Amino acid sequence: MRIVRLIGITWWLQLKMRSRSAFDGLLSLLWPLFFATTIFLMFRQGNAAGPAMLSAAVGAAVMGIWSATSTTAAFALQMERRQGTLELLVAAPTSFALLIVPLTLSMATIGAYSMIATLLWGRFVFGIHITVDDPAMFVVSVAVTVIAIGMLGFLIAIASVRYRTAWALGSALEMPVWLICGLVVAVSSLPAWVRPISWMLAPTWGMAAIRDSAQGGGNPLAGLAMCLGLAAVYGLIGWFLARWMVHSARVNATLALS
Amino acid sequence: MTSLRILFIGGLTSYRALFNWLTPWVLIPTFILSPIVHILLFAYIGRTAGVGDDRYFLIGNAVLNAAIPCLFAMGNTIGGERNQGTLPLLISSPAKRVPLFLGRALPVIVNGFVVAVVALGVGAVLLGVSLPTATWPALAIAVAVCSFSCTGLGLLGAAVALRVRETAVMSNVIFGILMIFAGVNVPLLALPGWMGAVANWLPLTHGIEAARQLAAGSGFAAIRADLFTEIALGVGYAGLGLLLLAWLERESRRKSTLDTA
Repeated sequence: MRIVRLIGITWWLQLKMRSRSAFDGLLSLLWPLFFATTIFLMFRQGNAAGPAMLSAAVGAAVMGIWSATSTTAAFALQMERRQGTLELLVAAPTSFALLIVPLTLSMATIGAYSMIATLLWGRFVFGIHITVDDPAMFVVSVAVTVIAIGMLGFLIAIASVRYRTAWALGSALEMPVWLICGLVVAVSSLPAWVRPISWMLAPTWGMAAIRDSAQGGGNPLAGLAMCLGLAAVYGLIGWFLARWMVHSARVNATLALS
Repeated sequence: MTSLRILFIGGLTSYRALFNWLTPWVLIPTFILSPIVHILLFAYIGRTAGVGDDRYFLIGNAVLNAAIPCLFAMGNTIGGERNQGTLPLLISSPAKRVPLFLGRALPVIVNGFVVAVVALGVGAVLLGVSLPTATWPALAIAVAVCSFSCTGLGLLGAAVALRVRETAVMSNVIFGILMIFAGVNVPLLALPGWMGAVANWLPLTHGIEAARQLAAGSGFAAIRADLFTEIALGVGYAGLGLLLLAWLERESRRKSTLDTA
């Protein structure tokens, strides 16, 4: 119960802080809209209609969740370092990893705002009919994808604790994940060597579940199970990595210097 | 002589000092990996949507990525100084403003050019797009012109940064507008009329069109008008940027808002 309370309160605090930031809040909404607009224009130019446009809209919308998480997650601990709060986080009696999870979950939640904004943009500006075959499963799929992307962000945040310039790495991860997780482009159309990488990324499965629940057909539950399983794996790896990284930084007295 | 020194040495020093780009941890992801993935992303989306061909998206997105340093670096000429607490020192110096700010633009133009050419070369290899060797010199000129015009727009952004604190957000928004409007991924004819009209006044639109014509085998004479228009837009934006810088500098000093914009 204590852990749930900790995650809940920290998530809410971080969400409020990020919502007031022009970079984390406003740009997280606007940036995916630029890409979504381009994608909608391209599909309209190709005379796409019905399911193809819906698929593009849903994919472009999920792009926003990842977009809000990738750069900010990589930069999150450097920001704590700049603010002088990294040492306080490490010194807290609660596990360091547990303090970072709600931080990245708040980023993914802002991404969910962006997802809604993109769907509304598609509906009202481009006239895309957003018809969802199984609304309940769609909402569950989105929620699970948000959590999974938050956990992937957590792994990136932990992995980049030693790098001052991690923001650049996080920024560089934005578009590769859009591409290889099948958000707008089918995974099957990518080169064969890329596909195993796609399967190891939770957004691939989350996207498949969202698309299946929106368009009908397929098996969204299977996608959700894979998405949740991978999110748990990211959490475990991140937890061990956090212990190792923080221990190393404390032993070498490099926490503030990395 | 002092102005020349400010233009070249001052510009280079500022470029090196403002951005921690000399580390490969920033340079490679930002200037090499991201532009290449950007090209691949839109080439694959184009295939999925059934529009254009790989060459179309390669050229459009490679040239667009010249805008990354041109917009962000120029925005940072003011924002970075403010963050480091050196903006009042810069503004209170007696240096002439034209060489001061144009000097900061010169390394950025080269940076933008190199980013686009590397993206074009690597993207062509990855997508299997053939760009005849004979077209490369003319393509390089078109890319250089686009870097120049984008830096002109970046200078305007630098001026606005005297009023806007969030320069990174502003540069991202301008980049997004260029991506949608400038015919990067969607031909101007496929855009609504008003968007096409706006596009004609933006940097990159004419330069990208020129680069595409060159890659399709047109001679330099065929694209001369487009390149001149692109240069004229760059000069126009740079001039507007310098005027706005002068005005906003005066206003900032008068209202004492240099550090608090």
